Order: sequence, then C-alpha cells, then structure tokens
Amino acid sequence: MITIKLFEKTGLFAENKDVARDIRIKEIIPELEKNEGVVLDFENIEGATQSFIHALISDLFRKYGNDVLEKITFKSCNETVQKIIEIVTDYMQESE
Amino acid sequence: MKIHIPNSAFLGNIDPFLKGFDPSNPDILEITTNPKWISVHPIVLSMIAAIGLNIKPGNIKCDKLEAKSKHYLERMGLFSFLEIDSGMNIKEHESAGRFIPLTQLKNSEDLSKFVSEITPLLHLDPKHAQSIRYIMSELIRNVLEHSLSENGAIVSAQYHTKSNTIRIGIVDTGIGIWKSINQSYNPKNDIEAIRLALIPGITGTTKKEGGTEYNAGAGLFFIKSIAYVNNSFFMIYSGRGMYKLLKKQAKKIKLHPDPYDDRHSKKNDLPFWQGTAVGIDISLDTTEEFSILLDLIREAYTQAIKTRKKARYKKPKFI
Repeated sequence: MITIKLFEKTGLFAENKDVARDIRIKEIIPELEKNEGVVLDFENIEGATQSFIHALISDLFRKYGNDVLEKITFKSCNETVQKIIEIVTDYMQESE
Repeated sequence: MKIHIPNSAFLGNIDPFLKGFDPSNPDILEITTNPKWISVHPIVLSMIAAIGLNIKPGNIKCDKLEAKSKHYLERMGLFSFLEIDSGMNIKEHESAGRFIPLTQLKNSEDLSKFVSEITPLLHLDPKHAQSIRYIMSELIRNVLEHSLSENGAIVSAQYHTKSNTIRIGIVDTGIGIWKSINQSYNPKNDIEAIRLALIPGITGTTKKEGGTEYNAGAGLFFIKSIAYVNNSFFMIYSGRGMYKLLKKQAKKIKLHPDPYDDRHSKKNDLPFWQGTAVGIDISLDTTEEFSILLDLIREAYTQAIKTRKKARYKKPKFI
C-alpha cells in the first residue's frame, strides 16, 4: 500500500489533467498491477475539477472494473473534493 | 473583418453586437466604436483581441475613440494586444480587485499559473473563489484541448460593483464546436453541435459512454449548471450558432441534461465565428454554496447516463 501525496504535484487547486494522467500511469497503475492498494492523499488541496479527477481515476474503472474502488482510498478530502470524486465514481460505474 | 463596439453589449443584450460582426476580408480588421459611451462585457474584448492576433497590426484600423469610457479599453489591454496606438496616455492603476486584463494562455503551464492568480486578482472570498476558479479552469482547458488554436485562449474578466457580478469572456479562433463534436457525432449544424457539447457525457473525442481516459464530456455541463443555479447568464457562440442560458424565472432549481430544457435563446444564422466564444456572469449575491451545486450536478449527471442507456435498450418484439 502506498500513499500518494497529491498537493506536492497539484498545488491548492487540482486542475492539471496532464499531472493527473502522469500520477495514474506512473504511480497508481504500477501499484494496482502488483495487486497493492493505493491511498490518494488530498491533504491541503482546496479544490479539484471534475476533469482532473476523471483523468486521475476513470481509466482505472475500465482496466480493473468497479472493484478497483476496493483498492483505492481517498484521504483528507474536503467536502467539495469528496463530492467531485463521488460524481466521477458514480458516472464511471453507471457507464459500465 | 468589421466589428463595432456599441454603447452597451452584455450577455443579456449582446445579440445586436454579434449580428453586426462582419467576418469577410479576414486579413483586415476595422474597429468602429460608439462615440458617446462604451460599456461592454469582457467577451466583446476577448473576441476583438482574438481576431486581432490573426491580423497584422498594420491591417488593423480603429476609430479615434471619443467615448468617455474609452480608458476602459486601454486598461483592459485591448490596444497593446492589437499592437496599435490608442493615442491615450493614462496612468495605469493596479488591476487587483477590479478586473483581469486580456490575457493569452497557450498551454497547461500558462493555465495553472493563471488559475493560481485568479483569487487574489479578483479579491474573491473562498465561497466565490471555488466557482470562479472552476469555471475559468475548465473553460480554458477546453480551448487548449479541443480548439486546436495556435493562439490558445484569450481571457478577460471584470468585477462590476453595481451588480456585484464577475463577468468572464473566454474566446478562441480554433476549429469550433461543430468540427470538434463532428469527430464522433454528426450534428446537422452549429447550434445542434453546441447542444450536444452541453449535454453531459457527450464529447467529440469518443462516442463511448463514460468518455475517454482523458475526457468525460462534462465540462460545459458543469459550467452551465453553475450559471443556472446562480441565476446568471451563460452564452456560447461558435460558427453561426449561439446558445444563451437566460435567467430562470422559477425559484425551483432543477438541472436539465438537455440545454434546450432550460430557459434559453438560440440562433443559428449569426455571422460565422471561426472558433468558440464563451461568456458567463456570476452574481456574487446569489452564489450558492459550491457543495450544494455539486449535489445537484451529481443527480443530473448520473440521470443523464441512465436515460441514454435506457434509450439503447433492446425492445421486445410482440406479434
């Protein structure tokens, strides 16, 4: 299980999809491939766009199915970040 | 091209300004202005600046400005953007707290830096900062990813004290919405393409439900929803099409996946705009808590997918 501290890469407002894609490809997927869990730590992040969260996690649903949510934990999300994550996870599961 | 800056052009009354735009002779730009007064939405300035970037400064002609409010154009950076001499020599005031002058953003790094500066530039409190930062970020990223414009996004914004409103204009001179959406769908005209672009889950990058790993097709729906919940204008103009979200009359809030179900006006016979121009007003008096808005979006967004999935169900045959 690794913890990825997002603030160091995104700053206060997580909006850069290129950064999100890099984190997914270089850090999240390698852990999931090892059948390990991942903690995405949103500490100090004030806000995020739906596009950022989509670029960060949507492809994981396609690769690993909805059960991927059992391997990922979202830590220290404020209320709005948590709601945006819920929108994206709902959407991806409905899209299956 | 010819463009006239009228005495007043805000999102509520912008139609005559758009109708008056003449896109013929694209190597030349003639700007005329109302001689008495100029008071316009930032989208007007962003549009003129965006056109100007594609024209040699020597081919841009501008009326000698007579209007009392001409300094506004200078301070928003219009003439330096067009590289023409306004003949004005005014003392620049610090822009903080009042407006974001015309700014060109060409890549992701420009955008990240810009977004980090929005809150202090407009002196926003945290409640309003979330919506404004969100809107700017998603709209500009749309330009950078989908417009294929070499000049990127031309952005400007202004805070209006009297109405306590932030007005934002984001413009590009790229491929336009029809061409972008037409990669995966076949909209019959510009306004149909705009309609599709506003429906959650529809993106030009794929026809697949859920979008691609990089695009969900939800950005514009989120922005329109923010404007709707805050009872503010939102306008999108591309090609000959223009969709305008009007202020709602009922107090009840219900987000609609199809933009035609919202109170709106639309046109499909305007002078052709090569690219996309988006304007939005956010009233700071009526700004709902962002988290409440997200609850509404979550409901509407997932409902839209369910409805589309249901429409694809196989039907039993009865004989």
